[in-house]
Amino acid sequence: MSSAAIPKASFDWLPLALVPLLALLALPLIGSPSTWLTLTIAGLAMGMIVFVTASGLTLVFGLMDVLNFGHGVFIAFGAYVATTVFAGMADWTSVDSLLRNLVAVFAAMAAAMALAGAIGWAFERVMVRPVYGQHLKQILITMGGMIIGEELIKVIWGPEQRPLALPEALRGSILIGDAAIGKYRVLAVAIGAFVLAAMLHVLVRTKIGLLVRAGVQDREMVEALGYRIRRLFVGVFVVGSALAGLGGVMWGLFQQNVIPQLGAQVNVLIFIVIIIGGLGSTLGCFVGALLVGLLVNYTGFIAPVFTAFASIALMVAVLLWRPQGLYPVANR
Amino acid sequence: MSALLKLDGVHTHIGSYHILHGVDFEVPLGQVTMLLGRNGAGKTTTLRTIMGLWAASAGTVSFDGAPIHRRQTPDIAQLGIAYVPESMGIFGDLTVRENLLLAARGARRIDDIDTQRLDWIFGLFPALKKFWLYPAGKLSGGQKQMLAIARAIVEPRRLLLIDEPSKGLAPAIVGNLIAALRELKATQTTVLLVEQNFAMARALGDTVAVMDDGRVVHRGAMAELVENEQLQQRLLGLSLGAHQ
Repeated sequence: MSSAAIPKASFDWLPLALVPLLALLALPLIGSPSTWLTLTIAGLAMGMIVFVTASGLTLVFGLMDVLNFGHGVFIAFGAYVATTVFAGMADWTSVDSLLRNLVAVFAAMAAAMALAGAIGWAFERVMVRPVYGQHLKQILITMGGMIIGEELIKVIWGPEQRPLALPEALRGSILIGDAAIGKYRVLAVAIGAFVLAAMLHVLVRTKIGLLVRAGVQDREMVEALGYRIRRLFVGVFVVGSALAGLGGVMWGLFQQNVIPQLGAQVNVLIFIVIIIGGLGSTLGCFVGALLVGLLVNYTGFIAPVFTAFASIALMVAVLLWRPQGLYPVANR
Repeated sequence: MSALLKLDGVHTHIGSYHILHGVDFEVPLGQVTMLLGRNGAGKTTTLRTIMGLWAASAGTVSFDGAPIHRRQTPDIAQLGIAYVPESMGIFGDLTVRENLLLAARGARRIDDIDTQRLDWIFGLFPALKKFWLYPAGKLSGGQKQMLAIARAIVEPRRLLLIDEPSKGLAPAIVGNLIAALRELKATQTTVLLVEQNFAMARALGDTVAVMDDGRVVHRGAMAELVENEQLQQRLLGLSLGAHQ
């Protein structure tokens, strides 16, 4: 087919451009370029972690209109599984070998994703399936699921805070000029970029991805075309839960400790991100997560008292500008 | 002519509303059957009930002799029934190409779709080739309708259910649509077409069923309705009167 005859479809670059724009606006406010670079990498790392945790939630909402307030429990389980894996692989995390450390980190991530995915499958069958199409009941039952999950964590791992120290070779920073770039943050950005690339590949290049994107817009029509959207939804729910487990490991390592309430704490942030992005939009979720990550880090440096307020203020500003979020999903 | 689709005493409730009150009609194999009637007569509900999008509370829907009214929508579609809803059901964020690929259940990639069939579709609807990589949400109303119909025929289907394809379209576009559907009709495709545009119904229909208040009030050959002005007056007058 001749591409010359095809009119160009315009991509909406404006929301994506907000990320470098925010970074550039912060530079004169921070003053020092090296501090700005350190904060920017930290913000991008945080944004990537939030994106990994929130991406499943936005697809679950987009595809089946399910408000899963229990999503945070998969994050918490992921982080706690990492503490157990690290305890069992102490020889691999305490040695100053990047390769052995990475093996331990990836083992923890694989275990966390497997457990979170399995819990997600059970959660969908037992708690979510009976309340399809009933938002109020969804909120109540998934919040209940979150409480049960937190209590289970206390039973299994105890109620106290547990340390999740970075492996030896991932501690400290790389110096670029005067800027100190945390080694783990570089790894977090790399993992986040890999997850984004993998998600975009599946969503854009495969038939399954096409079905997910179509299902987010009009699930009834997808069924009328002959596809079983329920099966697709269970698959997305399990993958979303597994990604939340992965995000839990990344978040735990970012904080270097975990508490049973971790899920509830992160839940607020990821809901802000998916609302900013446009409910159901993967690209919107990504841009929203980066904006939140950068803004929280910049605000923490420039005006620490406003840090807790920064992400909410961003959400309000975005919704005043675009009430459906940065990248609204068509037909919703 | 044997019936490919048969509705027998179909009732449908939506919540507490009783919409269909015992709908009976047949869609003969290889013919275009028009389902006419005023707004709110139950035409769209009938199509949605056939597709399993709303459950029949009583009666039977049979396809090729087998009951389908208890089946799930994807199972019904997999029998070879394609549905073009009144809203067109276009996936606006997907390109024209992706919309067609999605409708081709047997294709994993666009190259898997029969090239001859795709060329035939481009012949029917040239705009789809022009806007191949364009987001479907940005097409005009007429182009979206063409895409919706193209999606229904991208693979051979045994029955097409099309809901008011002329709705909201300019007369010139409706003319193009009639020409394309006439070409489709020439391939002996079985179609159940809901319309309020009598000119379109006259141009395409072999048989007709007229609905009013959730019931079929007339069944017969389209030619008979076209030739019998008294019958037209009674049935279409009833329809026009209901709009006033």
